[in-house]
Amino acid sequence: MKKTYKIEVDCANCANLMEEAAGKTEGVEKAAVNFMTQKMTLEFAEGADIDAVMKNVVKNCKKVEDDCEIYL
Amino acid sequence: MNKKQKKVLVRILIAAVLLALLNLVRLPELPAMILYLAAYLIIGYDILRKAGKGILNGRVFDENFLMAVATIGAVALAIISGSGDFNEAVLVMLFYQVGELFQSYAVGKSRRSIASLMDIRPDYANIEVDGKLEQVDPDEVETGSVIVVQPGEKVPIDGVVISGSSTVNTSALTGESLPRDIAEGDEIISGCINLSGLIRVRTTKPFGESTVSKILELVESSGSRKSRSEQFISRFARVYTPIVCYSALALAILPPLVRIVFMGLGGDWTDWIYRALTFLIISCPCALVISIPLSFFAGLGGASSEGVLIKGSNYLEALAQTKTVVFDKTGTLTRGVFEVSGIHHCPIEDEKLLEYAALAECASSHPISKSLREAYGRELDRSRVSDIEEISGNGVIAKVDGHTVAAGNDRLMQRLGIDHKPCRSVGTIVHVAIDGVYSGHIVISDVVKPSSAQAIAELKKEGVGKTVMLTGDTKSVADRVAADLGVDEVHSQLLPGDKVSEVERLLGETTGKAKLAFVGDGINDAPVLSRADIGIAMGAMGSDAAIEAADVVLMDDDPLKISRAIKISRKCIRIVYENIVFALGVKFACLLLGALGIADMGAAIFADVGVMVIAVLNAMRALHCSK
Repeated sequence: MKKTYKIEVDCANCANLMEEAAGKTEGVEKAAVNFMTQKMTLEFAEGADIDAVMKNVVKNCKKVEDDCEIYL
Repeated sequence: MNKKQKKVLVRILIAAVLLALLNLVRLPELPAMILYLAAYLIIGYDILRKAGKGILNGRVFDENFLMAVATIGAVALAIISGSGDFNEAVLVMLFYQVGELFQSYAVGKSRRSIASLMDIRPDYANIEVDGKLEQVDPDEVETGSVIVVQPGEKVPIDGVVISGSSTVNTSALTGESLPRDIAEGDEIISGCINLSGLIRVRTTKPFGESTVSKILELVESSGSRKSRSEQFISRFARVYTPIVCYSALALAILPPLVRIVFMGLGGDWTDWIYRALTFLIISCPCALVISIPLSFFAGLGGASSEGVLIKGSNYLEALAQTKTVVFDKTGTLTRGVFEVSGIHHCPIEDEKLLEYAALAECASSHPISKSLREAYGRELDRSRVSDIEEISGNGVIAKVDGHTVAAGNDRLMQRLGIDHKPCRSVGTIVHVAIDGVYSGHIVISDVVKPSSAQAIAELKKEGVGKTVMLTGDTKSVADRVAADLGVDEVHSQLLPGDKVSEVERLLGETTGKAKLAFVGDGINDAPVLSRADIGIAMGAMGSDAAIEAADVVLMDDDPLKISRAIKISRKCIRIVYENIVFALGVKFACLLLGALGIADMGAAIFADVGVMVIAVLNAMRALHCSK
């Protein structure tokens, strides 16, 4: 299951930090953040509850970069 | 400017005005101090909050922390020493915010200009319902339905034009600015922009599998493969920041202690603490952690706006080190459009021979079989063919109208023990034997792309030491093409498996950091694409396997794009190194001056913000690469 989210992030390094944080979230298989297009592509683990996982992804991203925004 | 940036700008202005007034008007000590603190909080409250949050979340040492400690330290020093000089603390925050604002504004602006170039996502598809057009989500359009594309709209889904004719702009897909004419019966790929006429398209794929979705997916997930430089910087930042923090602490404590204990002098605490704070500001690694990933993003973005999709910054790095480029001939250096140019030694009618050969090859996707079918020109009745056996790298044996037809190269004839006549014409020779009797051969030749020779020359100019051409074709054809194009090495008559071992041999020959790139058209060469250091698939928008296996996808089939890709990546890597050397150089020089007490906080904030701004501006250069 692959989904793409629109994000808002100001600096390229913050984008990398978000990618790392999202990738470490439980239920996320792989995360890719593209700073140029302001998109986050997430590959979810099978059977994961996407809404619940996304809540944690947002929480973890906020931890590393307070200013970021993920549009669900 | 977005809302967030406007807010910062307002805060900067308020703090700057307040600071200027405080320096012009002499106020009693206490009100002055309160107003200074107000200015400090207006400009720096978010940094303090982020630093606090960082500590709570276990991410102690980041740039917010450094700034917070340095400025709070400066405020504390001003209070303790009674100097009442809060200017520095406010100034440091002010300049830091100005730098951050500038960088986010400049970056945002260029980012949007690149993103708009790549903005090929169609928002809707038009479906005709009772004579009226209705806009629907492209995702909901079923394969086989008819969509209407009006002039000025993007083609949302791959399909075939069933009525109307028009010109389309494919520049977002191929980087080619010349519009292309399309008419009834033509295939049309999504992501093109319809320029002139209204067309109706019967979709052949769902939206998710259409070209435009594939490209978007590739572009959007290209960030996840990190280059070594980026990994180096994030590892470096992780070690570096704690080290400078502890060094600053040592600088604040050790020299005064030494002075007191061993030299019998006064501790001079404020002086040393001030030096330590200066040291902290200088050492902020923003310039590096911001500019290095930005350079790579800019490089990838700049490349994709030219129709070169690179799957990650690690491949950008590898491309820059390419010393050997291996080409597949067919479809890469040549057009891959074969035409039947002669039929020789045929005891039966030429037409008949072509018909048998075309029928025998009717199931093959090889370009040769396609050209046979095209030369035959009429509809093939597949029910006349049975027992098709394709022998990779040799040809095909099939039963046509009850006759055993073998069509293939001389290896096939040798294999079957059939005596065959060699051909003096240059081209691909398809020998045909019917019921074991030699029935002549068909000559098929391929056309070299007009820009191939220039592409090889450009690669040489970019410092590529060796160009190699691999082909399954006969030696005579291969040698002539290679000589025409100026390719250094050529290996002909290779089976698909031989290409892999040939590339492996060449990989063994490369030394040190030199990288090998393989360029193919994605048909039958997926294994080679994945085996090479960098697999480049060209004009691959149709082939799923190639997009999957390749590391770099060229959206059109112009071989000149290969040297472009190398040039772009070289420029990007050069910028990365410039920034690393420049930022670290200035930082270490200032750190030394700061520790010796020569550089004050003003110099420190330049070493931080100034260097960051310069590094960011330099990084943005990676977006554009001169022709």
